[in-house]
Formats: sequence, structure tokens, C-alpha cells
Amino acid sequence: MTGHGRAAERSRTIELGMPTPASDPHRHLRGTEGFPAAAHRALADTQLRRNLGHATRTIRAKRAGVVAELDDWEELRRAGEAIKADTMARLPELLVQFEERVTARGGVVHWARDAEEANRIVVDLVRGTGADEVVKVKSMATQETGLNEALEAAGVAALETDLAELIVQLSHDRPSHFLVPAIHRNRAEIREIFLREMPDVDPDLTDEPRRLAMAARAHLRKRFLAAKVGISGVNFAVADTGTLSVVESEGNGRMCLTLPDTLITVMGVEKLVPTWSDLEVFLQLLPRSSTGERMNPYTSTWAGVTPGDGPQAFHLVLLDNGRSNVLADAQGRQALHCIRCSACLNVCPVYERTGGHAYGSIYPGPIGAVLSPQLTGIDGPHDVNATLPFASSLCGACFDACPVRIDIPSMLVQQRAAAVDAHTRRTGQDVAMAAAAIAMTTPGRFKLAERALGVGRVLAGRKGRISTLPWPLSGWSNARDLPAPPAETFRQWWARTHGGT
Amino acid sequence: MRIAVVATCLGDALFPQAPIATVELLERLGHEVVFPADQTCCGQMHVNTGYLDAALPVVRHHVEVFGQAFDAGVDAVVAPSGSCVGCVRHQHAMVARRAGDEGLARAAEQGAERTYELSELLVDVLGVTDVGAYYPHRVTYHPTCHSLRMLRVGDKPLQLLRAVRGLELVELADAEVCCGFGGTFAVKNAETSTAMLADKMAAVLSSKAEVCTAGDSSCLMHIGGGLSRLRSGVRTVHLAEILASTDRDDRSADIVFDRAEVRP
Amino acid sequence: MGARDEVLARLRTARDAGAPATPPIGVLSDPVVPRTYRSAGRFAPGGEQVLARLDETLTDYRATVTRVPTEDDVAAAVRAFLRTAGSVVVPPGLPEGWLAAFDGAVRRDEPACTVDELDHVDAVVTGAAVAIADTGTFVLDSGAPDQGRRVITLVPDHHVCVIRAADVVASVPEAIARLDPTRPLTFVSGPSATSDIELDRVEGVHGPRRLDVVLVGGLRPGEQ
Repeated sequence: MTGHGRAAERSRTIELGMPTPASDPHRHLRGTEGFPAAAHRALADTQLRRNLGHATRTIRAKRAGVVAELDDWEELRRAGEAIKADTMARLPELLVQFEERVTARGGVVHWARDAEEANRIVVDLVRGTGADEVVKVKSMATQETGLNEALEAAGVAALETDLAELIVQLSHDRPSHFLVPAIHRNRAEIREIFLREMPDVDPDLTDEPRRLAMAARAHLRKRFLAAKVGISGVNFAVADTGTLSVVESEGNGRMCLTLPDTLITVMGVEKLVPTWSDLEVFLQLLPRSSTGERMNPYTSTWAGVTPGDGPQAFHLVLLDNGRSNVLADAQGRQALHCIRCSACLNVCPVYERTGGHAYGSIYPGPIGAVLSPQLTGIDGPHDVNATLPFASSLCGACFDACPVRIDIPSMLVQQRAAAVDAHTRRTGQDVAMAAAAIAMTTPGRFKLAERALGVGRVLAGRKGRISTLPWPLSGWSNARDLPAPPAETFRQWWARTHGGT
Repeated sequence: MRIAVVATCLGDALFPQAPIATVELLERLGHEVVFPADQTCCGQMHVNTGYLDAALPVVRHHVEVFGQAFDAGVDAVVAPSGSCVGCVRHQHAMVARRAGDEGLARAAEQGAERTYELSELLVDVLGVTDVGAYYPHRVTYHPTCHSLRMLRVGDKPLQLLRAVRGLELVELADAEVCCGFGGTFAVKNAETSTAMLADKMAAVLSSKAEVCTAGDSSCLMHIGGGLSRLRSGVRTVHLAEILASTDRDDRSADIVFDRAEVRP
Repeated sequence: MGARDEVLARLRTARDAGAPATPPIGVLSDPVVPRTYRSAGRFAPGGEQVLARLDETLTDYRATVTRVPTEDDVAAAVRAFLRTAGSVVVPPGLPEGWLAAFDGAVRRDEPACTVDELDHVDAVVTGAAVAIADTGTFVLDSGAPDQGRRVITLVPDHHVCVIRAADVVASVPEAIARLDPTRPLTFVSGPSATSDIELDRVEGVHGPRRLDVVLVGGLRPGEQ
């Protein structure tokens, strides 16, 4: 039985009166453990590290190649940054304008304060059509709201049609990347999943990527052609024309946007751009940053309903779900500029080694580390999302790769400050930092503190290096020595050779 | 020129070879070097760990100490560290503004305009790439993240190294990838940091270099700490030490992690 | 308060609270967005250089391209591409001459084909609104008589697209300027593909697995 078939079965039981799952509106934005603990398991998984290393290395090289083809790449980045900043500065007004245009072209606009409200709207709309199955094109917004579970609970099977999303759905896994939710799986594992979970699959299926793609085509073809309701996200929405766009590769997006009678699109409010001509910037930035292609195979744009072509009922759900919190922070609102290209994930040395699941949230990697804690807020000192901003060496590779110049390293520092501010009781680290600040503003004490380092020379002994340290510094000394402190500090040397002090 | 040196807290206390070499190099090039003795730390550790309030007095102290140096006729400030200069240039004013201290923010910006990382000072300000150094060793260069992506020093350190007599420069694979140090990251996320370090060490070892150099003692402490644990025999030496070396003063014996056996 | 008003109120409050020190940009024009990127490509629309580049970028993403000097040569090129096809669907306004040499069954999408019919037709032949040489893209405008409803270029497994030289531009901005944002548009760059397996591009998923392009013009007769 396929994953979706099982879902339908479960949901039929639920219709008989089982309670719906308890709804934590942020359960897809917050994991169950802090980053270091989750990373510990990921780092021990050598297959995962090989898969990620191979995939991110491939995509980095492709991206570098196509970015180098454009001599105005930096100008495009600056334009992208400015368009998004401008959008945020006028977001409420632009949304009203956008709503007006969509409505005028035959679309129905709904507003959702949070995940639960968005899901309720979509579930009611689907129920209204009488459909018990929907086809979905990959959407971060509906992953964020947990729409599939809400649909299942209402007896509707949600069929993910993006290849990687299908792999995740069939293997009852969680997505680990924006673009390629199954990036943590290699071809051999994907073959295994298909053989196990696709009832109609050719038993001689090999792990050749082309054959695997064909298997997905065969698996989904009939479902597409019979689909009554399609559900999508949005890449860019144009305020002054009411146009929406979905950027994709496989044609599953086109299927979902074109074949069903009813299309329901869920859109985070930040996906807006002011004008049609702004797409000339983003349609250059996104594919090159994302899949490392000059252009992705398919981009669809539509505005409302077009008589005789495509779905004749169109519903748009505009989602807040914490975005207004993010907008309220002058620095932090940059996280809303993100166009979900995943370039920052692909260049991040931390992501490459831990993978996306370690971040807990469906938004992983550097941008996730600043977006997730802002969307959820940091709820006290033990909130696992407070560990995310620390999951970075602040190496800055993410900023260089970001097509809209989001200053992720500075935002990580700001979010670290927010995490520290959430301490309700002073931690050992708080005390140490306060003491260090006092020493560092009092030159006499600083010199004294330096002299205390003489203890280190005793620790190091004759071998001249320190190989074991107490917790928490044992994290360092598990893999690295520390040198013995020198016999003479710089300032002692200066005094001896240059006099004074 | 009259140049004030920032020893950096790490350089002052743990790795004095780097600021000492900086002083000796600049003096050899005919400049006057001063050491504002009240200096302590730029505040980067506080900032990058999220203690922005606690960082404020540290930043103020730095700005005041070097502001006085400028008032006393110093032309430029130099630090043998990309990350400390990065903090001065990109974080000091931010810390001040966050606390609503616009005066301090302006003073910080003014000071930052004349504060340079060593390779920037040499190449951009002093206009020199051949500093007359002699260093007969096979060397690979790790561009530290903050010198590369915060300061954009580009190939300035490589220009300097290529001009060193006797030095054989060998390429480092994936050079621009972080070594995994990241300050408190190496402790808070020690396992991830270690995984990054392992790849950096593998690249250093496969370069067949005798010496791995960089512009930051902190990153060298990390890479060197790992190489020392492996007993690999590859040494980590700060860029300043290589540039300060001459045929009369070969610093290649200045092995940080075997200090007890070498220096009196 | 309803959801709409509440979300808008929250966003207004947040926008004001988080306003950066520099004032927000003007009203509904955007004078301070720095548009210093190339608004036009290096090659003029319709010229030989831009056509040659389009040929290159289309081919790079696994489309097969045939160049012909004039509109009169289209029929032969289309026929050659349709050698294995027994039936085609075409949009209502496709120039009759393009299929003059094809001897299989031709179904005009008027009245509209059912999805099942489309699923049983071998190929589709259309024109295009504009093509982008830099990226190897052509754009289908569902309101144009020679391009037709989106579904007819989606369900059949083989798409033959005829692109006229005058509709070829170098860059994305030039193409965007020529398009009508209120019409359903489909930007096509190569056959259906995926990068979802180890981030490597492989062709052939849900859209047409075979994509052929006839590029008309820009060649002197006899040059093809």
C-alpha cells in the first residue's frame, strides 16, 4: 500500500470520531532537541555525510558556473535586495492592492492568522469540492502549516508530486532541504524506497536517475490526469497585476496548476513583489542560485481564473503565521527576503556535515537558523530553537551565496543576542562573559588574568601542549591540543624590548 | 609611518609570536610602532556569542584607547588578525547603535577607517608586497573566513607570500572553506566543528606543506591543535612570522605546539 | 476582528515598528531600486548572434534544434521532427502551412480536447511568444492563437515548438517586457527534468520528454 493509501485508510478511521491531532502551530518549525544533540546523530551517519557531501559539491560547482556567465550578477543581487526591502516597507498596502487584482480576475482571497487557520480554510475548500484526493506541488508554506496531516485528518489524501517530496512522503521521512527535500538520500536508497512503496513499480528498476524519474512519472500519471483539486505554493506574487508564479523542473507543477478544476494556493505574505518587471530580476537570480541552471525547465505564471484554460475555481490563502513578528524587527525582517533558493544551505559547511534534520524546523541551514527562531519566537531558556543561531561558525559563505544579499552572519549574531536575552537565570556562560567584560575594560585586571595563564604552563608540563580540559572545554580538547601559554606575553616582551608599561 | 599595533587578546596572552613579528616586520620596514598599553580585547568573543550588552564597555574601551592613539599622532592601527579587524570594522558601530550610543558609533567608525589587518596595511597602505623576507619552506595558505569574506583581503596575503625568498607556496584544496573554529562554536558545537576541522586537516596534509599559514592566530590555534593531536609534523605559523623571517632570523623553528621544547 | 483585518493590522504595526532608519521607498514606483543590471542583452533581438546563442543554450538543455531560413521551410522541418508521430494536436490558430508536409492525424484544439484525448496523441506543435537566448527558454502565452491552452503542451509526450527570429531576445528583462502578466504563461527551458536525485539534472519526468525546436530566420537560404 502506498503512503497515501495508508493515509486515506487512517483518515477514514478518524472520520469515525477520533480526535484530531493536538495542534501545536509551530510543530514544523521547532524540533524536539537542540542542534548539538541532533547534529551528534547526523555526524555519526557516514552514509548521510557522503550523500550530502556529494550533492552539495555538485550543486556548488554548477552554481558557480552559471553565476560566472552573468557579468551583472552583483547588480542583480543588489536589485533583488532593494526590491525585497521596498516590499517589506510597503507590505500591507501592496497586499491590499494584490488582493484587489486577484479578486478582480476571478480569484477568491482568504487570510490566515496562523497555520491552523490556513489548514482549516484549505480543508473546508477541499471538502466543498467533494474530492478525497488532492495533488500537491511542493510548497514550503504548506509544510510549515502541516497541511497534509490536516487533510488526512479530514479524510483527504494529499499526494506530493515533486520527485524529492514524493520520496520523503513514500519513506515517511522528513524533508531536509528547500529544493531537494530528499537530498539526504542517494540513488540506491531511492530505488529501495520505490521498490518497497510503489505498488505498480517495475521490479527490475535500477538506480539510474533517469529510470527512477520514469518510475515517478508512471506512478503519478493517472493521478494527475484524474485530479480534481490542486494545491500549490508560490515563488513570486506580483502586487500590481495579481500574477502568481511557480518555478519548477519536472512538470508536476504544471500538472497541478493546469489539470484540476480547483486550484488552492497557499502563500506566505512575504512572497510579494511590487511589479511584473521585478520578475526580470528574480527569474535570473533564483534558478542560477537554486539548481545551478540558467533557467529551470518550467515556470508557470497565472492571474486569477482564465475562462477555458486551467482551473475554473482559484482560491488564494494569504498566511501570516509569525511573519508579522519577523517584520517587526528592523534587522530580522531581512529573513523575509528569502526566496528559498537554498544556495546558503549548499555552501554552508555546517549544513553539509549535519544535514537539514538537525535543525528541527522545516527551514534548515543558515537562513533557517535565523528564520525559524523568529517565526516561533524564543520561548524561554530551554527553547530548542534558541540553539539554532549558534549552529554556525559565522564563516560568511551564506552571505556571498545569497541572491538577495541577506546578511545572515549579522542576523545570526542578532539572534544569538535574542537567545541570550531569553535567559531567565544566569548561566555559567553568562557569569564568565560578564567577568571577562570587566577584565577587558580594566587593563590592570587584564594583565593579572594573563598572568593566571601561568597555570596553563604547569598543566602543559614538559610536552608543551594541553590535551585534556574540563567540561565544557572538553569539546575542544577531545580533538585538539592547546599550546602551553608562552613564557612571556606580548606585553612583557614589549616592556623588555621597547621599555614602558 | 607611525603605526599602533593591536596585539589582540589571544596574541598577547597565548600567541605573542604574531604581534612580535608584526612589530619587528614594521620596524624593519622603517616605521615607528607604538603599543597602546591599556588595550585589552576588541570584544569579538562577546559579540559573536550574543552578549551584545556586555560587549558595549569592551568596545568603548577599545575605541577610547585607540582614539587616544590617533590623537597622539598615530597614522594607522594594525592587527595581525582578520577577525579582530572585522569586528572593529563591522561590529563596533553596530554594538554602539544597538545601545543607542550614536557618539560611540561614530567614533568607532572613524577609528575603523584607519584600522587594518596586516596584509591590508602592507599592500594597500604601505604599498609593499616584497617585504624582504626569507623563509625556505614549503607553505600552504589558509584564507581565514573573516579576512576573506568580512574584510575581502583577496589575494593580498598570497602576493606577500609569493614575494618571500625561498618559500615554496603550495595550493590548499577547498581553501575557502571554514576550518570550523568559529570562536565559541568550537566548544558549543564541538562535534560539528571537529568534522569541519578534519576536512581542513586532510586538505593541509594532502598539500604536502611543511607549514600551514594564515592571518589569524585563532584559526591557526584550531588547525594547529588538530594537527598537533595527530602528531602530523605539519606546523602552523602566522603570516606575520613568515614575513618577519629573514636569512638571519629564520622563525620556522617557532613551533607553537612544541613550545616547551624550543623556546627558552 | 476578522482574519484579514487582523493580519493587515499586525503587519502595519510591525512594519512601523521595524522600519529601518532609512525611510521607506516611495509610493507605487520604485525610484531607489538600483536597476543597474543589464536591461538588454549583448545581442540585438532577432539577429544572427542571438539566434546562434539560443541554438546553443536550447541544445545544452537537451532540446533538439533545427534552423531554417524562412517560414516556407518550416513544414519540412516539422515533418522531420514528427517522423515517429502518428497524431498531433495543435492550437486553433496554428499556421496551416506548418503541418502541410505531415501526413498523420491532426487534431485542432477546437472544440477543446479532453485530457484523455491529449493523453493519446503523440505530439503537439505550437508557436511561441518570445524566446530568451541567454537561458535557452521560450515562453508560451495561452492567449495566443498559435500557442493555445496550457494543457495541450503538457500532456502529450513530444513538443515541437516553432520560434520566429523576430521573437528571439537575448535577456530575461527583454522577454518580461514583451509578455502580458494577466495571461497564463509557461516558460519552458528544455524538456521536463529533475535535479532531485543527487542534484544532478536528468531529463524526463512529467512534462513532455522530447522537445524539438524549429528556429525560423536569420540564416541565408542554403545555410541550414
